[in-house]
Amino acid sequence: MQKILIANRGEIALRIINTCHEMGIETVAVYSEADKDSLFVKKATYAFCIGEAPVNKSYLKTDVILEIAKKEAVDGIHPGYGFNSENADFARAVKKAGIIFIGPDPETIELMGDKIVSRRTMMAAGVPVVPGSEDGTSTIEEASKLAESMGYPVMLKASGGGGGIGMVRCENEQALAKSFESTKARAKAYFGSDEVFVEKYIENARHVEVQIFGDHHGQIVHLFERDCSIQRRHQKVVEESPSPFLSENGKRKMYDTALQAAAAVNYKNAGTIEFIVDEKENFYFLEMNTRLQVEHPVTEQITGLDLVKWQILVAQDEKLPLLQTDIKSSGHSIEFRLYAEDPISFLPSPGKIELFEWNSFHGVRVDPGYESGSIVTPFYDPMIAKCIIHGETRNDAIVKASEFFNELKIEGIKTNAPLFYEILKDPEFQKGNYSTSFLTQKSFIAD
Amino acid sequence: MKEIISSMAGTVLNVMVEAGDEVTAGQEVCMLESMKMEIPVESQDAGKVVDIKVNIGDFVNEGDVLVVLE
Repeated sequence: MQKILIANRGEIALRIINTCHEMGIETVAVYSEADKDSLFVKKATYAFCIGEAPVNKSYLKTDVILEIAKKEAVDGIHPGYGFNSENADFARAVKKAGIIFIGPDPETIELMGDKIVSRRTMMAAGVPVVPGSEDGTSTIEEASKLAESMGYPVMLKASGGGGGIGMVRCENEQALAKSFESTKARAKAYFGSDEVFVEKYIENARHVEVQIFGDHHGQIVHLFERDCSIQRRHQKVVEESPSPFLSENGKRKMYDTALQAAAAVNYKNAGTIEFIVDEKENFYFLEMNTRLQVEHPVTEQITGLDLVKWQILVAQDEKLPLLQTDIKSSGHSIEFRLYAEDPISFLPSPGKIELFEWNSFHGVRVDPGYESGSIVTPFYDPMIAKCIIHGETRNDAIVKASEFFNELKIEGIKTNAPLFYEILKDPEFQKGNYSTSFLTQKSFIAD
Repeated sequence: MKEIISSMAGTVLNVMVEAGDEVTAGQEVCMLESMKMEIPVESQDAGKVVDIKVNIGDFVNEGDVLVVLE
């Protein structure tokens, strides 16, 4: 490919631009009025404003994006994560325009995008799934009956949901009744369907996922796991690899199951199989993310690979650069999502970043979306940057990360950096002893 | 008259009251979205809803009036 359009913004747009430039590929950025002074706009070879700040007036405008792609004669479109990255119609429209969609087939996106259909597909492939409803429901009577049959607590989830939106833990029938209508309304508002489903809530669970990669020549490999159990409001805040919890045997079983899941849908390009793991290392399929993920740098640090480069190579029909036996993991990597938010209330904190500086030393990687002087607007997610720290051992990575945050300078807006100090010095975190309830159990954040 | 004010900039995701409704202090009246986060807006006072100043999808700034109570 000679020229790629990046249909995204912020740090992921910049991340993709950097790899494209390393590969000698020209880049086309599209941006909203609110992002006109952004880093990714400055770094792209070409940049075009596509509309107003709200995402439905800019980043989700498929027709406008395709018009620019055709005018600029790009070879491919990289969707990043979020926005149109898991929109099968977008992928189809790109293909129809004669442009390469840098991601999996639209059919796979569609199949895996519906939580109920993907559960059924995985069950048919022999992959264990969390006990839950076979079908979606839109009546409280049905949901209540299902919850009763599997026992409380349960999770109420939007069928088309993701990213922690539209998920509510219900302790009992009253809580289910209270949350049902609001969850349906949110499901409808965010995902276009008010269908929800009920799933058994697994206590003290861990969220562990496996990065997989497939090509158009029938090869699928895994790139090890990421433990993403440190979450706030069901959204990941800290991710690490290897998982400090899983045994070697548990990891092997999970890799095999992830490959089985990927093979069941003839997966191509970068994808992630997410699992929920109980205290005895039993794991269950949660969902498959048919895109590059926010936390992909953790995998890049332990493997030394560039996953965006792999995405581009696979999209242009090349074979995966390495065989499974050639892919090695080395050391330990931890990623911290630096958010523009109040460190106590965790409410968003938009505004101007007066100063943003950090000390780069061996093993430190920062993927920024902003720089000193940037304005963080209320229109998009609150992530300012990803700070990814690699050490020879987990303890080395923790010590380095503590040093990194000690020296980080960010002024003008509130951030969650103080939370990372607390996590890093917590004895249980240091032992690797944590679950998805860690932040609420430690009272670092409100439930 | 008492006004329920937005404490931050964001998009109105949902309005949970209608004109004529009686609300209690602490009751959620609106749901805003800011930086992809859902933020409920609660009424500080009890009263009857006499005016709703926003619609679903509107963008509001910090300090904007969302709902007026009597």
